[in-house]
Amino acid sequence: MKSKNKIITPLEKELLKVAEAKVLSLEKKSGSDFEELHKALKVFKEKGLPDKNLEKWRNTDLFEWYQKPFSPVAEKEKFTKEVDDIFQCTVQGFDSNVVSILNGHYYSPERTTLQSFKNGLIIGSLAKAKTQYPQYFKKYYNKIAPVDTNEITAVNTLFAEDGVFIYVPDGVEVELPVQLIKLVNKRGLMLNTHNLIVLGKNSSFTFLHCDDSINHDDSFINTLTEVHLGENASLDLYKLQNINDETVLLNSSFFSMERNSRLKVNVLTFNGGSIRNELHVNLNGEGAEADLSGLYLMDKKQHIDNQVYVNHNAPHCNSNEVFKGILDEEASAVFNGYIFVERDAQKTNAFQRNNNILMTSTAKVNTMPFLEIYADDVQCSHGATVGQLDNEAMFYLMQRGIPFEDARMLLMFAFAAEITDDIKIETLKTNIDDMVKKRLRGELSICDRCVLHCTTPDKPIEFEIDLSKI
Amino acid sequence: MEDKLSQNKVLEEVTGSDYKYGFVSDIENDAAPVGLNEDTIRLISAKKEEPEWLLEFRLKAYRHWLKLEEPDWALIHHPPINYQDIIYYSAPKKKKELASLDEVDPELLDTFNKLGIPLEEQKVLAGVAVDAVIDSVSVKTTFKDTLSKHGIIFSSFSDAVKDHPNLVKKYLASVVPYTDNYFAALNSAVFSDGSFVYIPKGVRCPIELSTYFRINAANTGQFERTLIVADDDAYVSYLEGCTAPMRDENQLHAAIVEIVVMNNAEVKYSTVQNWYPGDKEGRGGIYNFVTKRAACKGVNSKVSWTQVETGSAITWKYPSCVLMGDNSVGEFYSVAVTNNHQQADTGTKMIHLGKNTKSTIISKGISAGKSNNSYRGLVRVSKKADGARNYSQCDSLLLGDKCGAHTFPYIQTANDSAIVEHEATTSKISDEQLFYCQQRGIETEKAIGLIVNGYAKEVLNKLPMEFAVEAQKLLAITLEGSVG
Amino acid sequence: MLLNIKNLHVAINGKEILKGFNLQVNKGEIHAIMGPNGTGKSTLAAAITGREGYEITEGEIIYKGQVINDWTPDKRANEGVFLSFQYPVEIPGVSMTNFMRTALNAKRQYQGLPQMKAGEFLKLMEQKKKLVEITAKLTNRSVNEGFSGGEKKKNEIFQMAMLEPTLAILDETDSGLDIDALKVVAKGVNELKSDENAFVVITHYQRLLDYIVPDFVHVMYGGRIVKSGGKGLALELEEQGYEWVKEQFGEE
Repeated sequence: MKSKNKIITPLEKELLKVAEAKVLSLEKKSGSDFEELHKALKVFKEKGLPDKNLEKWRNTDLFEWYQKPFSPVAEKEKFTKEVDDIFQCTVQGFDSNVVSILNGHYYSPERTTLQSFKNGLIIGSLAKAKTQYPQYFKKYYNKIAPVDTNEITAVNTLFAEDGVFIYVPDGVEVELPVQLIKLVNKRGLMLNTHNLIVLGKNSSFTFLHCDDSINHDDSFINTLTEVHLGENASLDLYKLQNINDETVLLNSSFFSMERNSRLKVNVLTFNGGSIRNELHVNLNGEGAEADLSGLYLMDKKQHIDNQVYVNHNAPHCNSNEVFKGILDEEASAVFNGYIFVERDAQKTNAFQRNNNILMTSTAKVNTMPFLEIYADDVQCSHGATVGQLDNEAMFYLMQRGIPFEDARMLLMFAFAAEITDDIKIETLKTNIDDMVKKRLRGELSICDRCVLHCTTPDKPIEFEIDLSKI
Repeated sequence: MEDKLSQNKVLEEVTGSDYKYGFVSDIENDAAPVGLNEDTIRLISAKKEEPEWLLEFRLKAYRHWLKLEEPDWALIHHPPINYQDIIYYSAPKKKKELASLDEVDPELLDTFNKLGIPLEEQKVLAGVAVDAVIDSVSVKTTFKDTLSKHGIIFSSFSDAVKDHPNLVKKYLASVVPYTDNYFAALNSAVFSDGSFVYIPKGVRCPIELSTYFRINAANTGQFERTLIVADDDAYVSYLEGCTAPMRDENQLHAAIVEIVVMNNAEVKYSTVQNWYPGDKEGRGGIYNFVTKRAACKGVNSKVSWTQVETGSAITWKYPSCVLMGDNSVGEFYSVAVTNNHQQADTGTKMIHLGKNTKSTIISKGISAGKSNNSYRGLVRVSKKADGARNYSQCDSLLLGDKCGAHTFPYIQTANDSAIVEHEATTSKISDEQLFYCQQRGIETEKAIGLIVNGYAKEVLNKLPMEFAVEAQKLLAITLEGSVG
Repeated sequence: MLLNIKNLHVAINGKEILKGFNLQVNKGEIHAIMGPNGTGKSTLAAAITGREGYEITEGEIIYKGQVINDWTPDKRANEGVFLSFQYPVEIPGVSMTNFMRTALNAKRQYQGLPQMKAGEFLKLMEQKKKLVEITAKLTNRSVNEGFSGGEKKKNEIFQMAMLEPTLAILDETDSGLDIDALKVVAKGVNELKSDENAFVVITHYQRLLDYIVPDFVHVMYGGRIVKSGGKGLALELEEQGYEWVKEQFGEE
């Protein structure tokens, strides 16, 4: 239907030009990627970038962003200074293994571009891992998200050259979380990165995926993450998004889950021009369990779109989704939850909830909590609400002498707490709570700092007393 | 294991009953040639002795339809429809004006009897005015006199065009324009007949108005058009019920129902839809692609849609409310049952435009056999709809492990004083409930019937009395075999 | 005079509920307001505390010599007006500790006092909790969330003890309480009572008044007080029920 002359916007034209040149130059060399690239180019030519004529994109219109010809090619910067010098991210008491991506390329000293540890754990650059561990790529790369899955995967395949590669061998429980800090320091770039995370049987891993902006320059980020969870593997994934208002962020994650594996995803969106998160969770083995939650706090003319697809392909799996958001000023939010229960996926438990609070008459919410169910012995439910802060509760608080603004803040924070309370790393939770409070007070602007850099509180954040500390 | 097997077997038996109303009545037809072009439309218009403006309307709609593509967003599948392979007009051969029931075609009366609609008896006993539509032309209208005393107009659409052209002209397509969608455009081009209701200011219609539709002739598309106008402070309850005879070939049904509700007026529209659903293998059956919409134009106006959908091979239907007037209220109560290879994609749209508008959606889907049953509903609160309130509850029940139950709510809110809540659950009949019934000596088959009826009760209770009984019977027939 | 309500008319959504209500309360007094359901007792509580949607169409509420008709609920609260709610709302996500501290500090700020230190605050909490026999566990939970009926009411009295109001209104505090919880609540109230504060006890039954002894009893009917007397009046009502009120003052 969309075949006729799909390449129309300046961005699409730019991308096509670069992609064709790239494919042409590769044709002469003939590499292993050639076939995939060719397929991706074909899809891109046919479909272009997603627009609001597509059912799944009808509420997120990026047409204006497509008017800027972002360049999909960024030079790899030489490692001259530590990431900390560009961008500080020191969370007190939060111990993690930090890796970073700058302008779409893995950013580290040469010796740590691909680290392999004694226990077999591998962490490093995807580009480098591709040549060093071709066996893993053959087995896992582009497998859950084939290039022709959609417009986004096609574009990503065309341009992504690097990303993070993580391999956790069978039985390895990684205690130290890995924190990815993704940065952009040049304007006008479209950055495509592809991350691959493989968790072996009985392994466990915690990953923080942070998208930050260093300045107010515009950029278009398209990240694709593929995650394989082996039998009985366990992954905690936190996504923190605090980018500037001039940035588009497309963040697609695809998960394949084997028997008894466990996935926990927490998406925390604080700021960004236009953000779209896609979670595609495939529960392929019996007993797999996915716990997906998200919090979005948007204002100005920001836009957030959370697309959560949960495919119950096997019996006895559980999934639980809770996404909550507060929309201020002219912000808009989209939630589309899609629970799909296959014919044989009996004994499925699937729950889905989306709650929204509108703070102004100019904010907007579109929520679509869908269920498509082909098995009968299931317990599925979904709910969605759009409303305001509870009037009863407001009066109760004010009757106790709490002024209107404080009461409002207290309730908003309480609304968000359901999501942040779920963060298992205590120090991270404390930091996030502080961020939420600052964000709700309108104090959190995109600073020259990391999302987690909360060491310079201009005001002491006194909201809650931690009883354990007195 | 064995228990499970036998339970499944019972489920199959219970849900496998044949279509009770499948029979063919033989009435001579006066039909248009197969196919659709401007000549067909001119012929329809001429046959009905329509004024020029109506022909123009039809032609405009037709030309617009040509530009459209059949919608593909619903969760339904069917082979492509050949719109040139349909007869767009057929009417029972017209005899001279009928003075009494004796003059009605005996075949026709017989059809009514088979359907269990003794016309005379119903007239007298139920106090229901029946405007029976066989195929496309209104044959018999009763209670016309009673109604006209109150100034109420209740007639066939064709008669209304002749007798009240100004009213028809004023309201036709004012709620569903011919540009609305593919099937609305088609209907606007070729609509055959239907009903027209006008309730004047301050009048509460003293009786329930009802129409029975039947699709009778093979290969005949059925394109009714209903227009109901309730003027200020008026009230009417309108019932629509359908049964259709068994046919092997699919029949297309694309109707339009438009309702206009003015200040402080209220319209209740109830439907029991039981067209031929096709056989157990999924052969035949009606394609029911209907556009139903009410415009609550006045302040404090109210519309309730209640539907019990048990028939048709495919149902594509979203009775909607456009809540324009301040404090207007929209309600949608639905039970949709699908069995064998039936597909239903049905729900509602609640468009909140006025201040303090309220809407309620209660939908109960029941899927059995190899059927697919989807709820699809939109709740939109526009920027100016301060204080809008919506509550939706959509439950799905699965009988057997080869069917599908789906829920697609769309909630769009652009007002910070609105409260919108949506809840939905999907489950099978609880083993506990079933066992409880069995322990009290109720056999599985009966127990399922009991539980399903209880499950749908909330909606069935919204139907007018005489319809509720019929609806319960239909649920029983569709799902429970002998259990009544 | 602490509270002087003069010819108060209050409407909800245009429907008049209070129709010329009068009441005078001095410091050190306990007033009981009794009456059948639907006579406007809870509306009175809402009007005094400034709840939205309760429109004063006529009359005045004078508190500490000032007309407070237009005051916001929090200002009234910080001036010492406390309502023990009939149905305390659950506020998920807001911990009792956090809530109480915010409330207490709001009042201190209003009074120009410095914020209370965390340690001091916790000590105060511990002390007041004992008054109504609340266990430590309760205060770590969200406000009223998952509390039993009795716990909710105890929690109201606990908050009252924390905030030390000048005018406390108890709206059907006895409803849903078993006799043991009732005694605990009454004990709390009696300990808080002083010459510097006053209580308005709204109740349907005389039961609570065995434990919280009123100085005055008022019978409310049809949106106003139809009879006033001493504590004996409550016993009279207990014996005779409200039927005679309806007979004497007409069915609504």
